[in-house]
Amino acid sequence: MEQSSKPKKYKNPFLNWIEFRLPIISYIEKEYGDYPMPKNANYFWSFGALASILLVVLIISGIFLAFHYTPHTDMAFDSVERIMRDVNYGWLLRYIHSNGASFFFIIVYIHILRGMYYGSYKYPRELNWLFGVFIYVLMMVTAFVGYTLPWGQMSYWAATVITNLFSAIPFFGEGIKTWILGDYTVGNATLNRFFALHYVFPFVILGVVGLHVAAVHVHGSNNPAGIEPKSKEDTVKFFPYMIVKDTLAFCVCGVVISLVIFFGPNLMAEVDNYIPADPMMTPAHIVPNWYLASFYAILRAIPDKLGGVALMFAALLILFFLPWLDRSKIRSCSYRPIYKWFMILFFINFFILSYVGLKPAEGLYLLIARIGLVYYFGFFLIITPFIHRIEKPDKLPASISDVFVGDKK
Amino acid sequence: MRFFVILLISFLANFPMMASENLNGKIPDHKWSFEGFTGTFDRASLQRGYKVYREVCSGCHSMKLLYFRDLIDIGFSPEQIQAIASEYTVIDGPDDEGSMFERPAKPFDRFVGPFANEQEARFNNNGAYPPDLSVIAKARKNGADYLYHLLLGYTDPPGNFEVSEGMYYNKWVDGNQIAMAPPLDEGYVDYDDGTNNTLPQLAEDVVTFLKWSAEPELEDRKSLGIKVILFFIVLGFIVFLAKRRLWKDIN
Repeated sequence: MEQSSKPKKYKNPFLNWIEFRLPIISYIEKEYGDYPMPKNANYFWSFGALASILLVVLIISGIFLAFHYTPHTDMAFDSVERIMRDVNYGWLLRYIHSNGASFFFIIVYIHILRGMYYGSYKYPRELNWLFGVFIYVLMMVTAFVGYTLPWGQMSYWAATVITNLFSAIPFFGEGIKTWILGDYTVGNATLNRFFALHYVFPFVILGVVGLHVAAVHVHGSNNPAGIEPKSKEDTVKFFPYMIVKDTLAFCVCGVVISLVIFFGPNLMAEVDNYIPADPMMTPAHIVPNWYLASFYAILRAIPDKLGGVALMFAALLILFFLPWLDRSKIRSCSYRPIYKWFMILFFINFFILSYVGLKPAEGLYLLIARIGLVYYFGFFLIITPFIHRIEKPDKLPASISDVFVGDKK
Repeated sequence: MRFFVILLISFLANFPMMASENLNGKIPDHKWSFEGFTGTFDRASLQRGYKVYREVCSGCHSMKLLYFRDLIDIGFSPEQIQAIASEYTVIDGPDDEGSMFERPAKPFDRFVGPFANEQEARFNNNGAYPPDLSVIAKARKNGADYLYHLLLGYTDPPGNFEVSEGMYYNKWVDGNQIAMAPPLDEGYVDYDDGTNNTLPQLAEDVVTFLKWSAEPELEDRKSLGIKVILFFIVLGFIVFLAKRRLWKDIN
């Protein structure tokens, strides 16, 4: 049999040996060495890399935590505190893991918002967006089951409230809930399976991240101008030009994360979670982790349980359809004078929803949540599909090099 | 680009919003030795605080996550710890004949609590359950500041306030009623080092001790943190120079 393409030759015989049997060396060279990046990509294009690094950090710290953790209702809380007190650098592992999860969401949110603002979800990158939203959903499930593991008050009650949502489903609701919990209430069976799931899901996420990255490398990365590179002049090689920017972003991010891990490790945690879970005592108000709070706000904005659950899942599912809801051919909001402001308002609205999701659902907070809910769906169902009919986009630049030179003046 | 900066700020602005305030207004800030980037625990205060816990709090509150051996961190010698532990009795066994027996506690034993179980604790406390204090400083909003002011917050109720039976008025607890009787007052504990045993002093010492018991890693954490952050800053600066040099041609 004849080789379809000759294997590439390297100076190092070991690389040649590998390359001949598995062309992984040339693959890495192509995807992470010569890969052309639009040269006007700003630092928001580093957040994908940051997220992947953090995912690996979370997986590694999580594996070490699992060495010491006991998934049993009688021992889980104490085993976590044992990690904090008696395991060498256990406090560091745990604070990296818990704060790392929060920062993973912050970074992924910035990554998603960047994709939305610059229209990275549009042709030909729709599949990419789908993988991305799928990762986001997996992250939420993983974070939710992970939050149960320390078995504090908030762990127990958040698990109770969220799994209770499934009982709103007509006919099968109670059955599904019992099937998820493994019991009629949140208990040892639940804790055990949540631990198992929390161990497995990150590896699923890692797999989908692989697809997400492979897919973006097919047509190349988007850029702030939202136009495709036309010549070699418009791009730079990933190595070293992008990797040096990503490394710089990593260092800045490292400083910020370290400030929280070492000097305010419980800033993003609920104090109630340092009280062992007690099924007989409901906390004053039950709050989800901040990164799930926007959807929790939507859930509570509807007085009807089934309606709230349906809207909450709709709010999540609608994200998958964004590439087909947006009918405009212009990618970047920088050239969309009207939609740009609706987009910014959408971001602000999302934060406001997160904020009210952490507050009791009453009075003004409830009203704000309802207004936010209307805008959330209005943005996707009315503004995004129809705005291009009345919007006159700014003139797109002829090439990336044009804007890039423009930037420096 | 500009709006992304605004976006970032609104992200960060979210954090302080999450630390919600106490229902009874803003808790005054108390100055602690362990605050700030380089703050450490005042060892003398920790030892006095432990004495307050041992002579007062431990009458009702357990601290079951702590071991006697942990006291080495607050400056006790192994001999002192041995002596402290031996004042307590623990149940051990079974022995060779299969029966449980009592023995003096050793440094590797956990702190011995006042009650055998929750039922006994409730029975002896009017139905209330004194919480375990091991991580209490992490388990209450505003941690140390809250605990300190709670201990000083026992006042006469305002005229129209009805205090239920067996409850006490406290300025800072949610709902302003607490089942714990005023635990400390001037002179409740005699200090060996001659420190004035006023109420604020007792409260400050015992809260320092509780903060240490909740976060024994605090000093290690901060000193490692400074090194890690310096590492990122130095590495970041080198990478920044490399980036500038590399991109010069492109620009």
